[in-house]
Amino acid sequence: MSRINDVGGMVGFPAIVEEPDEPAFHADWEAHVVALNGAMLRRGVYNLDEFRDAIERIPPEEYLAASYYEKWFRAITTLLAEKGIATPEELAGA
Amino acid sequence: MSGEHASSPVAAQVRHVEALLEERGWLAPGEVDERIDAFAAGGSPAHGAAIVARAWTDPGYRERLLADGNAAIAELGYSMGGALQEQKLTVMANGPDEHHVVVCTLCSCYPIALLGPSPGWYKSEAYRSRVVRDPRGVLREFGVELPATTRITVWDASAESRYLVLPRRPDGTDGLGEEELAGLVTRKGLIGTALV
Repeated sequence: MSRINDVGGMVGFPAIVEEPDEPAFHADWEAHVVALNGAMLRRGVYNLDEFRDAIERIPPEEYLAASYYEKWFRAITTLLAEKGIATPEELAGA
Repeated sequence: MSGEHASSPVAAQVRHVEALLEERGWLAPGEVDERIDAFAAGGSPAHGAAIVARAWTDPGYRERLLADGNAAIAELGYSMGGALQEQKLTVMANGPDEHHVVVCTLCSCYPIALLGPSPGWYKSEAYRSRVVRDPRGVLREFGVELPATTRITVWDASAESRYLVLPRRPDGTDGLGEEELAGLVTRKGLIGTALV
């Protein structure tokens, strides 16, 4: 079954926007998310397929509204909770 | 990297999760900063450009590059093994009647080792959805107008398989050396959304 990430050929998306002199990251936290994910993968907390799957099962309306690295962070926290590393409440800081 | 979003809610959440993981021993102190530095020092479009310039000046290399991308980039000291497992690299040559363009329709797979971090548009739903349905129209938006007779092939990258376009060497560059030629090659040219 295809999920929301499977957008190839889907109609209705707007023109492509290029950002001149685009930086690799638009904020420090984005770089931290990439580093965090790399650390969890190396440590075997989850694997790359699980990470990809966690992005792909973000509910469609949230998937389309989130920025690229917001999706990553959401997937990381989903997996940390599912793997029992911390509860969703702890991860949310509640 | 700007700190302008440092106070955004996501920034605070990321800091919180990082601290929690450190506290529980899932992250070593300083590990995140080391990884950020390593990432910044990693891939660059200059690597892809150097590969192209060699292929333009050395027909034997060009042949090896098109036959086995991984082996050929290793000759120049590059590798697709930066992730946990090596990714297969396929290089496609543009020709007078043939143009190649790369996408990852499912997400953002991309040869970071050879191109550096991918641009936002490459990861956008707009590019991913549209380039497979209307490559000619999308290329036109990038300013690339191809004759109707040019065959366009769109390559959909995956976790295991990555793609690099070998652009056509521009006319009038016979006198240029490898380094100068590399300076002509752009990141978009290596993705296929520019001619060089």
